[in-house]
Amino acid sequence: MSNKCQSTEVTTIGDRDTGFETGNTKHDWNLEKLEAGRKTIAEYEYESKPVVKGYANRTLFIDLDKNEIKEIPVTEDMKQKFTGGRGFGLKLLWDSIKPETRWDSPENGLVLTAGPMGGSTQYPGFGKTLSLTVSPSTDIICDSNAGGYFAPYMKFAGFDAVQIHGKAKDDVVVVIDGEENKVKIETGPDVEVNSHLAAEQLTHFYAVEDSEAARQRVAVVSAGKGAEHSYWGCLNISFYDPRRKVARLKQHGRGGLGTVLRDKKVKAIVARTKHFDGLTNAPLDADKVAEVGTKYHREIRDLDKDQCNMRTVGTGHLVEIMDDYDLLPTENYRFGSHPKANKIYSPHFYRIWTQVIPDGCWYGCTMQCAKAADGQKVMTGPYKGQVVTIDGPEYETLGCAANMSMWDPRWVLEFNFYCDTYGLDTISTGTGIAFYMEMYEYGILNKERCGGLELCFGNNDAVMEFIHRLAAGDNHEFIQVAGKGIRRVKDWLIEKGWGDPQLINDCGMESKGLEYSEYVTKESLAMQGGYGLTLKGPQHDEAWLIFMDMVNNQIPTFPDKAEALWYFPMWRTWFGLNGLCKLPWNDVEPADNAETDDPAKVPGHVQNYVEIFNGITGQNVDADGLIAQSERAYNWQRALNVWMGRGRRADDWIPYRSMGPVTEMEYFSRQERYDKQLVEKLGIPQDEVECMPLQEKMQKLYDWKQDQYQKLADAVYHRRGWTPNGVPTPQKMKALGFGDEAEMLAMLQQKIDEDEAAGLNEWGGKYQEDEEPPTTDMKYWEKW
Amino acid sequence: MECEIACSKVLNKNEEGGEYSAIRIHEGKEGYVMTNCNMCGLCIDMCPVLALKRIKVGTVTLDKKACIGCQSCVGFCPRGVMRRAPDSVTPFKCIACGKCVEACPENALELKEVDLDEFEETVYSYLGVCE
Repeated sequence: MSNKCQSTEVTTIGDRDTGFETGNTKHDWNLEKLEAGRKTIAEYEYESKPVVKGYANRTLFIDLDKNEIKEIPVTEDMKQKFTGGRGFGLKLLWDSIKPETRWDSPENGLVLTAGPMGGSTQYPGFGKTLSLTVSPSTDIICDSNAGGYFAPYMKFAGFDAVQIHGKAKDDVVVVIDGEENKVKIETGPDVEVNSHLAAEQLTHFYAVEDSEAARQRVAVVSAGKGAEHSYWGCLNISFYDPRRKVARLKQHGRGGLGTVLRDKKVKAIVARTKHFDGLTNAPLDADKVAEVGTKYHREIRDLDKDQCNMRTVGTGHLVEIMDDYDLLPTENYRFGSHPKANKIYSPHFYRIWTQVIPDGCWYGCTMQCAKAADGQKVMTGPYKGQVVTIDGPEYETLGCAANMSMWDPRWVLEFNFYCDTYGLDTISTGTGIAFYMEMYEYGILNKERCGGLELCFGNNDAVMEFIHRLAAGDNHEFIQVAGKGIRRVKDWLIEKGWGDPQLINDCGMESKGLEYSEYVTKESLAMQGGYGLTLKGPQHDEAWLIFMDMVNNQIPTFPDKAEALWYFPMWRTWFGLNGLCKLPWNDVEPADNAETDDPAKVPGHVQNYVEIFNGITGQNVDADGLIAQSERAYNWQRALNVWMGRGRRADDWIPYRSMGPVTEMEYFSRQERYDKQLVEKLGIPQDEVECMPLQEKMQKLYDWKQDQYQKLADAVYHRRGWTPNGVPTPQKMKALGFGDEAEMLAMLQQKIDEDEAAGLNEWGGKYQEDEEPPTTDMKYWEKW
Repeated sequence: MECEIACSKVLNKNEEGGEYSAIRIHEGKEGYVMTNCNMCGLCIDMCPVLALKRIKVGTVTLDKKACIGCQSCVGFCPRGVMRRAPDSVTPFKCIACGKCVEACPENALELKEVDLDEFEETVYSYLGVCE
């Protein structure tokens, strides 16, 4: 298929100096009315202090029950142990919640943080906001990251993090105001809720003057009506685009952060900075950072269009690749490809996305994968007829479209638009609907049970109708449960007695209560672990090992896979500690990367990050030192999972749909492959396999694959320094530098003792004579 | 190089030439070679804060107050003539002031008008748009 475009098409960007006309619907925000309706409930004036080597050195604490606002200093100990970003968030939550805290408990904290490197402009991908809360889906902490301008502006305004506890009486806007050095809690009855309007309105309202530059210095965090009525609520983080003259949106998708925002009756969190430039993040050695950044810009300039083509199509290029490798989830992950998938390959969106615009979601990102479609007319729902800019679709949203058999780019854009503005995570929503569609196909759900919705694969109208009814707060039983996600629907279906519990549990793609993101892992054991042995649930941010495992066969043994499931989650976690995007690490590779010792690690870019980390913070760490930062945060988060009741082997359960063929249809679709596995992997003679009844073949494969996963978990837990039941050991925590965290260590020891008493400190795999578990010394950690 | 010194006086308030000059002279195999901005304007589309503009006479200029030091223009310049001096994150570039022409003792430099349409292809191919 051709990837060409006519260069004359792109000259429609108009006047290059001042922007172009998107054709979007113009809104009259009536800023005077907004001002008149605004009431300040609480205000906190603070001393303006500059950022020092990447840190504001204080965090912000807000209690909406008491209307209390205060600042908390960041100590050197906190920086040493937790680095920043997600690490800071984990520390702040440990200090402020209880193990029984749930998403809607008043004491639950919604935390947004910056990292020390975030806010620098010289290297691509340096503007991420990290967010954390107790998730409605999982009942443990879920963390998320997104671009947009919020965290850097919050830091420049004066704070490395903000934590919001309690719930407001009426809807409020929280303002972190770097212009006046004040933090305010305000009410505003006319403030919009749905994000495509809220971000625009509040950007205009809080801009200190009527200029593009002033609007670029405002960032808005918001959710929407969908977040009020489901567990799939996402946070939208805005960034104002001075060429399009619109506020664009990036998403903290996973885990229900938007649900918590709206539960606390917060409509938006706004950060504005008085001023910023290339040195506001106060790097110690700005020269070094600029030097490394320029080198990387040139790499993107010269190589991106022949590698992943991110600048032109963003992550959308992955659809055709995944389809080709049988990894694109279709019909609820039943299959890995589809004859109609080429209808949503990236060339279709090439014509729709506006090109030749700096699309980076933070200044200086020349990978600029945040593509957007301008002048799109909304087809359904309350905004039908409006003309809007739609951010995306990114690969995950396209993967959801494939999963739901939505083979039309215009509908993908519609789904994308409404999920964003309603504050719904496209991944959770798409994977959820795909499950409901499969249940519909089997008659477990039907039109009556779904409140009139005909949720068949490919029924785009029904998808949009479901989303609109969800956002409208429809109280039909199905809508109410469906919006809580796959785990709750599974329980509901089983309780109603509407289908076989095994089928239901194995088809619904959730683990720990969170929906899966959009990759088929049936043929990659490493990636099954990459989804199942994660902290928050099956999100691919920790590891993406499919190619290493399946395509390049670089990690054949259990120890190999365990090593990869140690290194890559640690490395990828690092970005979230420092306020960075991980895409620039490996979506462009240096020209000589293939000749390095370990191309999968992209060592040339790891070295860039070492130099820049040291250049900003003035520290002197090496690549191992960066990994050590991550190990601390990673183990702390696993420990919090244990503390809150979901951090052991049983919680790392994954549905069989992620491992192998649940239905006969799936077995037949790849019969040659599965028969071969029975012969080669299970050692069953060929002629026996040929005569074996299908059900027996499926059962043998099932048993074997389940055992493989348990053996993988054994190897991974051991490598990570955890007990056989998956609990971080006090010995490991001490070695990481947490020796003085007495309360944490005591908690872990207590849990380990409980597991011991319950006989749970045993390996999960069934080891044959010629196989070895990670160790036979069952108290191995006590020797560390 | 007299031209480089004259340039660095204008753009960086010093007489260092070299890294502080927009115009650079290198010794090639068959004599001296100049690298300098040809006002192609690709950088205009790279800037996230619209700090780069083409003024009426056609010169591409950088508003240093608006600049946020991201080096996107420096990195993407196809000729490497968007420069960054040591100890600064704000780039500088040729502003077609002509001081280098004046300073050259051999009259080897000239300031001349060019046709912008010649540059369109360069601009769009470097911005990542496929041919």
